[in-house]
Amino acid sequence: MEGGAQIIDINMDEGLLDSEQAMVEFLNLVMSEPDIAKLPIMIDSSKFSVIEAGLKCVQGKCIVNSISLKEGEEAFLKQAKLVRRYGAAAVVMAFDEVGQADTVERKVSICKRAYDLLIQKVGFIPEDIIFDPNIFAVATGIEEHNDYAIHFIEATRQIKKLCPGAKVSGGVSNISFSFRGNEVVREAMHTAFLYHAVRAGMDMGIVNAGMMDIYSNIEPDLLEKVEDVLFNRRADATERLTDLAVSLRGDAGKSIQKDLSWRNQSVNERLKYALVKGITDYIDEDVEEARTQVAEPLSVIEGPLMDGMNYVGDLFGEGKMFLPQVVKSARVMKKAVAWLTPYIEANKNENSRAKGKILLATVKGDVHDIGKNIVGVVLGCNDYDIVDLGVMVPADKILQRAKEEKVDVIGLSGLITPSLDEMVHLASEMQRLGFTIPLLIGGATTSRTHTAVKIEPKYKGSVVHVLDASRAVGVVSNLLSEQGDVSSNFILDVRAENNRIREQRVGREQVKQFLPIADARKNKWTMDWATYTPPVPDKIGIQEKIPFPLEELVPYIDWTPFFSSWELAGKYPDILTDAVVGEEATKLFVEANAMLKKIVDEKWLEARAVWGIFPANQGTEDDIIIYADEERTTEKMRLQCLRQQLKKAPGQPNRSLSDFIAPVGKPDFIGSFAVSAGFNIEKMDTYFLENLDDYQSILLKALADRLAEALAEKLHEWVRMDTWAYAKDENHSTVDLLKENFQGIRPAPGYPACPDHTEKDKLWELLEVEKRTGIILTESFAMYPAASVSGWYFSNPASTYFGVGQISKDQVENYAERKNMSLEVIERWLSPNLNYNN
Amino acid sequence: MNIRLEALLKDRILVIDGAMGTMIQQYKLTEKDYRGTRFANHAYDIQGNNEILVFTQPHIIEAIHLAYLEAGADILETNTFGATKIAQADYHLESLAYEMNLEAAKIARKAADEFNLKTPEKPRFVAGAIGPTNKTASLSPDVNNPGFRGVSFDELKEAYYEQAKGLMDGGCDALIVETIFDTLNAKAALFAIEELFEEVGDRLPVMISGTITDASGRTLSGQTVGAFWASINHIPILSVGLNCALGATEMRPYLQELSDIADCYISAYPNAGLPNEFGEYDQGASEMQQYIKEFASSGFVNTILLPLVVWNLWLFAPKQIS
Repeated sequence: MEGGAQIIDINMDEGLLDSEQAMVEFLNLVMSEPDIAKLPIMIDSSKFSVIEAGLKCVQGKCIVNSISLKEGEEAFLKQAKLVRRYGAAAVVMAFDEVGQADTVERKVSICKRAYDLLIQKVGFIPEDIIFDPNIFAVATGIEEHNDYAIHFIEATRQIKKLCPGAKVSGGVSNISFSFRGNEVVREAMHTAFLYHAVRAGMDMGIVNAGMMDIYSNIEPDLLEKVEDVLFNRRADATERLTDLAVSLRGDAGKSIQKDLSWRNQSVNERLKYALVKGITDYIDEDVEEARTQVAEPLSVIEGPLMDGMNYVGDLFGEGKMFLPQVVKSARVMKKAVAWLTPYIEANKNENSRAKGKILLATVKGDVHDIGKNIVGVVLGCNDYDIVDLGVMVPADKILQRAKEEKVDVIGLSGLITPSLDEMVHLASEMQRLGFTIPLLIGGATTSRTHTAVKIEPKYKGSVVHVLDASRAVGVVSNLLSEQGDVSSNFILDVRAENNRIREQRVGREQVKQFLPIADARKNKWTMDWATYTPPVPDKIGIQEKIPFPLEELVPYIDWTPFFSSWELAGKYPDILTDAVVGEEATKLFVEANAMLKKIVDEKWLEARAVWGIFPANQGTEDDIIIYADEERTTEKMRLQCLRQQLKKAPGQPNRSLSDFIAPVGKPDFIGSFAVSAGFNIEKMDTYFLENLDDYQSILLKALADRLAEALAEKLHEWVRMDTWAYAKDENHSTVDLLKENFQGIRPAPGYPACPDHTEKDKLWELLEVEKRTGIILTESFAMYPAASVSGWYFSNPASTYFGVGQISKDQVENYAERKNMSLEVIERWLSPNLNYNN
Repeated sequence: MNIRLEALLKDRILVIDGAMGTMIQQYKLTEKDYRGTRFANHAYDIQGNNEILVFTQPHIIEAIHLAYLEAGADILETNTFGATKIAQADYHLESLAYEMNLEAAKIARKAADEFNLKTPEKPRFVAGAIGPTNKTASLSPDVNNPGFRGVSFDELKEAYYEQAKGLMDGGCDALIVETIFDTLNAKAALFAIEELFEEVGDRLPVMISGTITDASGRTLSGQTVGAFWASINHIPILSVGLNCALGATEMRPYLQELSDIADCYISAYPNAGLPNEFGEYDQGASEMQQYIKEFASSGFVNTILLPLVVWNLWLFAPKQIS
């Protein structure tokens, strides 16, 4: 379960066991363990009596593994009927009275026959049928076996066509049976085989997730030879792969066109090189070699591996290595440690103490975790134990785990503004529960000021704002080396700095002048409405595009924020030739584009969009009225906008978004949209994480974010040119788009012009967002999938982006009244904008 | 399948009678009343065994059925919630389980038919009630031995078979598996029902109602609404819903979730809130009425329990399934 399995297969077929009794006892125990019981169970036995005994123990829906026509139709129907009556799905082997199917024709005809029987005679639903059309070993030296991979793939394609709704599975590792002992070749074979089989329609497979690579990462020469074997492309395919396999097992893979001279160095040097260069290809064998040279497996970590990571850490600190590389180094480290862990466990002693244990979590209501994952990786490479609780973690769970795991530091992350309050809440809980360990605050909306003013006063322990991942190691090592010593310099410095920020803020508040809301409204932005005719949309009402073709989004990607998410500073495309980060940025850019191509070609992600334009007018008190009909007789809803209250220079208005909509009497419109490019991300992300590949996981999430932004940009253009059609002839380059050289704006709830996240509820209602797209709002109004964007459209040529900034209590009270919410609740949501302490 | 029941569900929300237990309570029956003449010499106390009343006080059970019909109920539930040999074993009356279900079905049938004669334009139905028993097949009653089970799937299946057979022989129009807090118990009931249908060569519509026990939105045995639905939808089902344990407000989101995923009709049986520390229900009839009105107008409910006051529920459109 913790290793990320999606289904647990339980098999008690062992000669010396009473399989039936063992199955019952084991399942009863499993069912009383909530963490395990949440996964579906596959009850696996060659004896149907054992399967039936198992089905009687599990309340949830099970999968039976397996039934077949081996003993004829009557026995098959009898078993299938029982499986159905117990409410389970079934794996059906391509096996009949004659034997196991090996040709395409036999595989397909047996499966089709079973399908028809199950559907027509037993009442199975197709989704509950999982065919296993038998994967057999290729390259065995026996000529008839050479087509086995092709047979499986072709059979899969036909079965999926002939048996709609049914699923296809198989035991993948069988395919490479002839190469037992050569993990490199086996891994490449599994990866390439799955790649093609999945394209043919295979839905699931039984495979050691640790023995999987990424298709494009397979060395081209190896890939060619593997595919020659899988597809039986040449008579000597097996020989050629066998030859290559021999050389791969040896020291120098002669046939691989890469500089492998580093392979001739000592094992410690090789490990260091692999860490710095982020190469995982030989890590298992190198670590194994290092292990056999020392008495304690732990010494490999403490010796060469830590030396290598310290070197990486130094290079990173000196700015000679960059985040993407460090994340790759961490991947190597993780794999090395994974190899050693069983040995360390075996001769466990108490010397294995890491430098400290850090708990990381994205707080309740927030789903963003790119930054947190990077911090985890960076700290992990510096020999800290990381307890990562994931996203949307409630305070009580964080604190409970912190106690159980006896962590030394808690690190909180969040991207949206409501997360700030959750962090304040967590700080006061730490105080209440008597915690004394340091609390780290990080994430895009967090700031030194917020940390100093709102969070630190709630908690007597150290509270430190960490600006970015590269500072995390410094902060943590300072905190822990001086642990418990409140008079230490570092902690005193942090406290003094926080004090200074608080005082400065008090000072600044006195300087700033705010207008009463009534006066601010008098100074609103306005125009000569009499001479202005708002554009009338071509189409009114809700529209959707699901899925939205990903390939159309690529040209709209804004790369600059992509690089900054990796902490590489500079504008695209100049950053690619930058003297300092250029080389690394280019490398990252190439890899990002390679993944982007796969995301698009192989549909790793699905994008969805919903949008609409609605009749609207300016209401009183900064409201926007949205009408249910074009005659404007029925109000559908009112949006409540906030207004700037800071006293402005003469001639400067106090803006509110409602100013951009024409007053009642002049037909105007407002648009809205919600888009996401994050559907299905879990599938590949889980795959990467299972392969200990944080680098690819972070890259995928960063790209999904970019695609969502690109979709918002693309859709806005479409709305201007087509739906609302006030700029039919608009013809911009991407650069113009990114510089926002066009008419109209698309501000998002929760961002500076409309900082109240709760207005998203109305957007969701207006566009039926959840029903139409499946994008949901969390309790903190974060969108899930995380790679989502939503907002309002304004067409007014004079509309511009602005920040509401700080506002006074009179407006907040009025706003609470307008929204029919309690003052207390709305103050909580608007707390970053309040110019007073609530 | 009972075509009329299904056809009627397409047109309007149907009303199921309310609680049997609280109505019986109002009669303030004594041990002697429960025993009647038939069990006067039974060696064990049986006060509180409401199911025995179909033998000893059949007129009371009939009167309650008639009162609900009078109030406008479309569907009557038989007085058989605890009429399995597993639950009856507490009173040492397990051997009577089949007969108990048969009698209960006959009493409800008679009451319904009486009204069907009077007002044939408003058909009334009898649903045979199948309760959860007092044992769970997924949970261990022994904290020191999590692998232990107080009852087996096969024992449950046998008991449910007997109950379902009694209900079917007694003339029920439908079966309702209700107050499911352990889905494995329910799966045993569904297994038994399918076996019975196969043997008889006929089917009745099956209604299912699960129980969300607390605000976490899970059954007692730990399933979410989605997992619950996935675990029980392998046989043809007329309706699925939630009953008991939660008050109407707490129940609503889970019912909505169920309605979104289930491709059958939806039933709602909110309780009158959670019982207070005295075991009484604070939510009064008028408050309950308000909630039920809200449910009925939600557009996703097809059957609903009958509170003490009735009004025109068919004003609201029920959930449509394709």
